[in-house]
Amino acid sequence: MFETALTSSDLLFLAQGAGMTLIVTAIAVILGTILGVVFGIFRFQVGPWWAAPVTFVLDIFRSIPLLIQLVLVNAFLGMVLRISLSGFTVACMVLTLYTSAYCAEIVRGAVEAVPNTTRRAARSLGLTWRQDMSYIVLPLATRVALPSWIGLALGVMKDSALVYIVQVTELLKSTQILITRLQEPLFLLLICGAFYFIISFPIARFGGYLEKRWSND
Amino acid sequence: MFSYTFQWKQAFARLPVMLEGAVVTIEIALLSMLIGIALAVLLTGFRLSGNRVLSGIAATWVEIARNTPALFQIYMAHFGLGSFGLHLSPYTSLLLGITFNNAGYLAENFRGALKAIPDTQTRAARSLGMTPVRAFGHVVLPQMLRIAFLPMTNQMVWAILMTSLGITVGMNTDLYGVTQDLNALTFRTFELFALAAVIFYLITKTVQIGARLVAARLFRY
Repeated sequence: MFETALTSSDLLFLAQGAGMTLIVTAIAVILGTILGVVFGIFRFQVGPWWAAPVTFVLDIFRSIPLLIQLVLVNAFLGMVLRISLSGFTVACMVLTLYTSAYCAEIVRGAVEAVPNTTRRAARSLGLTWRQDMSYIVLPLATRVALPSWIGLALGVMKDSALVYIVQVTELLKSTQILITRLQEPLFLLLICGAFYFIISFPIARFGGYLEKRWSND
Repeated sequence: MFSYTFQWKQAFARLPVMLEGAVVTIEIALLSMLIGIALAVLLTGFRLSGNRVLSGIAATWVEIARNTPALFQIYMAHFGLGSFGLHLSPYTSLLLGITFNNAGYLAENFRGALKAIPDTQTRAARSLGMTPVRAFGHVVLPQMLRIAFLPMTNQMVWAILMTSLGITVGMNTDLYGVTQDLNALTFRTFELFALAAVIFYLITKTVQIGARLVAARLFRY
């Protein structure tokens, strides 16, 4: 029953796919968070009317399937602008923007959750806007944002399974390639699923723990 | 700079076919939501039941649904079940995968919503002579659905976006599949997918605005 044609080089191939998943996720989450913080604070700072264009564009990333975003950006860069970029670059660009769209929403919500009175008190004590932001808003908003942000990062890791469409061989794609060759779908899919689960589950649990712990006080 | 000529006419000529695909997309999303809500209520019941086996099943379902990619779940429904000799059509496996995902996420939402409903209400209903099932169905469930309404709307949007994953199991009647097929015919990748993106955007916006209107009507008090 447990005979398999899986060789060690196949496992290495899977590990490479897993590495690709993690790299793409890391780049997208790091850059996307930086962009998302900028967009989120911008949206909070200038008010809903002036931020409307930014809100609209970010909303698009949350309203159309990631697959279509990838295909569109790839087609736009490759066919229209005729810039030849690697699939990896395109995948990272799209996933970064995708992450930033969600992150901006989280950041805006978190900054809004800091009571106005607290911020006014800080300003009347003579703190500048920057000091207020870094010593008052940042610590308070982080408590609100971090659990959702962890959820977002894990979401991006799971969604990164879609970058196969721009010829990036990440974990799920490499699994599929092996399935085509070895014809053992269940076994290979279980390995692949287990990998996602092992990374995602403990972090999700930690996020849930933080949420519970920080929501009391 | 642009050596590329946009051929929007070719894309618009295919609009009727794409709209037919959009109908299939909405159909799958709606079905998966309805079955998903029913399953999620069942899973929530399992968790509350106090029975170890049942709550174990519910917890496993929820954790797998939430901690693996949706694409993986659809693969599992198609190729995974296929190795048990259960060969599903792309439509069924896509529906199954999305429903599994929906049920898991919704069950977690429902659990959060349940925490907001005081235990005393169940006890009051029980002392009025209601059976546990009736107390849950008439007292707790309506409030739970109300609190979970916004997360449910988000899940509906997710379900619509997830239908695009059907292409990986050979689905070619939904909006994404139709667009992909047209792309193979015409090679107007950018125009066709831009049009598909607009349709997707309009569908999700309609769902969000519609949900807001329904919420305003349902939750007046």
